[in-house]
Amino acid sequence: MSILGKSRLARPLDIANGRVDMSHGAGGRTMIQLIGELFLSAFDNEFLRREHDAAIFQLPPGRVVMSTDSFVVTPTFFPGGNIGSLAVHGTVNDLAMGGGVPQYLTAGFILEEGLPLAELATIVESMADAARDAGVAIVTGDTKVVEKGHGDGIYINTSGVGVVPDGIEIGGERALPGDLVLVNGTLGDHGVAVMSKRENMSFSTQILSDSQALNDLVQAMLSAVPGVRVLRDPTRGGLGATLNEIANQSGVGIELDEAQIPVRTEVKSACELLGLDPLFVANEGKLIAICPPENAENLLAIMRTHRKGKSAAIIGRVLEDSRCFVRMKTQIGGTRMVDWMAGEQLPRIC
Amino acid sequence: MKYIEAFRDPALASGLASAIAAATDPSRTYRFMEFCGGHTHAIARYGIEDLLPQNVRMIHGPGCPVCVLPVGRVDVAVGLATQNDLILCTYADLMRVPGTRFQSLIKARAQQADVRMVYSILDALKIAQDNPTRQVVFFAIGFETTTPPTAAAIMRARALGLKNFSVHCNHVLTPPAMRAILGTYSDLGVPDVALDGFVGPAHVSAIIGTYPYEEFASVYKKPVVIAGFEPLDVMQSILQLIVQSNDGRAEVENEYTRAVNPEGNAKAQAIVTEVFEVRSSFGWRGLGEIPQSALKIRGEFSDYDAELRFSVDVPEARENKACECGDVLRGKTSPSQCKLFGDPCTPDNPMGACMVSSEGACAAQWTYGRFRQLGVREQAT
Amino acid sequence: MCLAIPAKVIRLTTNGLADVEVEGVIKEISLDLVDGVEPGDYVIVHTGYALTRLDPEEAERTLQLFAEMEAEA
Repeated sequence: MSILGKSRLARPLDIANGRVDMSHGAGGRTMIQLIGELFLSAFDNEFLRREHDAAIFQLPPGRVVMSTDSFVVTPTFFPGGNIGSLAVHGTVNDLAMGGGVPQYLTAGFILEEGLPLAELATIVESMADAARDAGVAIVTGDTKVVEKGHGDGIYINTSGVGVVPDGIEIGGERALPGDLVLVNGTLGDHGVAVMSKRENMSFSTQILSDSQALNDLVQAMLSAVPGVRVLRDPTRGGLGATLNEIANQSGVGIELDEAQIPVRTEVKSACELLGLDPLFVANEGKLIAICPPENAENLLAIMRTHRKGKSAAIIGRVLEDSRCFVRMKTQIGGTRMVDWMAGEQLPRIC
Repeated sequence: MKYIEAFRDPALASGLASAIAAATDPSRTYRFMEFCGGHTHAIARYGIEDLLPQNVRMIHGPGCPVCVLPVGRVDVAVGLATQNDLILCTYADLMRVPGTRFQSLIKARAQQADVRMVYSILDALKIAQDNPTRQVVFFAIGFETTTPPTAAAIMRARALGLKNFSVHCNHVLTPPAMRAILGTYSDLGVPDVALDGFVGPAHVSAIIGTYPYEEFASVYKKPVVIAGFEPLDVMQSILQLIVQSNDGRAEVENEYTRAVNPEGNAKAQAIVTEVFEVRSSFGWRGLGEIPQSALKIRGEFSDYDAELRFSVDVPEARENKACECGDVLRGKTSPSQCKLFGDPCTPDNPMGACMVSSEGACAAQWTYGRFRQLGVREQAT
Repeated sequence: MCLAIPAKVIRLTTNGLADVEVEGVIKEISLDLVDGVEPGDYVIVHTGYALTRLDPEEAERTLQLFAEMEAEA
């Protein structure tokens, strides 16, 4: 029998004016109320309705792919999204980058005492919408509350499972000399959008975060070109870091053509103003695909017909290079390294 | 982006590359120094050397204010932050520079010192206004481009009657450093490296104008071409230097006419003169003691002078003995020739300032150019 | 750190500050180092200050010069 009714406290959650307090994490009826009125009602599905600690399910046939990600972005609300939608998109995308069809997600929350319930409710609604759009269910979760001053409002962890169909082999170690490198759209949008809201940055722009689920795009791509060798989303560290990872995993070099890399004018401007390299700015709705050269035109065409790939482009090629360098032909015809950076250009962008 | 993209046009770049190739005398080598760190960065980031003939060599100069800051002054910055209860503000570039025993501002921050990166000294002023009970110190570095903002901010602070704001001044001057490069202050008066001319700084010149460079043309007989920051600007300036060298001329030419005029920015110069005066001498990393080469805050503004307000206990300044930053800054050694380059000295693990600052010659070479073997250039496509 | 970039003045605000734009990105900077700047002018921006005005005619002349060098070669 549902305990939500039995646990009911005298008054419902005051979402408009209330705040998270230590009792919400204490395991008692206050916590049950928070979970019930906020999380369960937003994420509602057959698993959550059972009110178990764990979810039990069958997966479709195929190899299981699993992924986890924690989200600490600040500020938690930014143009184009919030930490909640980001948390769903991030894990859905990680599963998709493995060639998997995402199925189920977990959601763990660490809430800081004093977090306004209105903010939490908005974040949770965003997660529910994002999950629905991506065709996944959030089937289990956890809530903890930490004392004021010990958390940044809210941290979220999402883990996910999916299934990789037979015949799909995707991995960072699979790039081969001769392959071509593609992206599905403009780079640097997310990082610039988040930065524009940081107090000490103080610039304004219309740029929105590109945070979005990519599993539908990936499905379209793999249906047309099952021979795609590498998929990865360039989140923290941007295109530059991700390509360096892949180059080193595959033991190859990569050469990019700067003129082909799509970057919005406003992102270029913001990067010029702040001295940032757009190649290293985070993305949350973009993927890199590496495929055999004979498939590239076809893959590009498929991506461009999909609404999440309209600005897709072939940006470079894979070559033999035992040093595993990533290089770029600059827009004036010279060559430069795209170095594997030590640390973050910007902290806490995801 | 207006006035930016047009100066990066690939067709024009190709045209300038051909013009440079046509002008170059194959029987000689040309050695030009780009003084300014911003130019070092632009040359590396666009791969401009790939568009130059092999006998045109760019020598990287000391125009990186982080790179020339002596180790002892880095120690003072760290000491200010760790030994006093204050908020230390500075530009991002300074955060990771290693001082004596590898202590740095970013490490000090991890050890609970209140160190904050700012984009502008105005941000530090705001921090002072928002935190009236705390002392705020801005650690000021930079050549003549960055000095006027510091001066203007000190005047603002006085106008606002701020009692909790002060500046630690490490501003330095370009012409004395150019003289030092040309051997003026060395015992023999002989430069460390033969130079055929200078690519003059872009925005230092926007402030100081073109007249201060006349002595390098008339006395030292070195052509100076003041260049904008964009790749086409740099290439055009190199072309003009080659032409002057071929003609045996030594003149000051201004390629950056859209932002630099001969008198410079008189208003900015006046503000600087009002707030600062020239120190009798200043120790530069790599170049040694140079007379009349740096600025300090005038007595009338002593209320805003952090050197007077705070005392700092610093260890005896010690550079890594194997570090060749000094020779790199003078153009005597190229980054890849330094024994520490790449191992262990990298931007992750910098042994000296040239590797830390994004404008430092070593960082530029490592980050953008280390795929090149020494002396071998990629064919531009 | 030498970062200096041309930006268009959109409007003068208070206290000697102005909003400038680099195609789609707006930032507030100080005009304390320049005189007589009007909306529509281009300025060179460095560490939150306008250092000098950019002269559009000279900009065009410089681009012409590049094109001439290209043609001659």
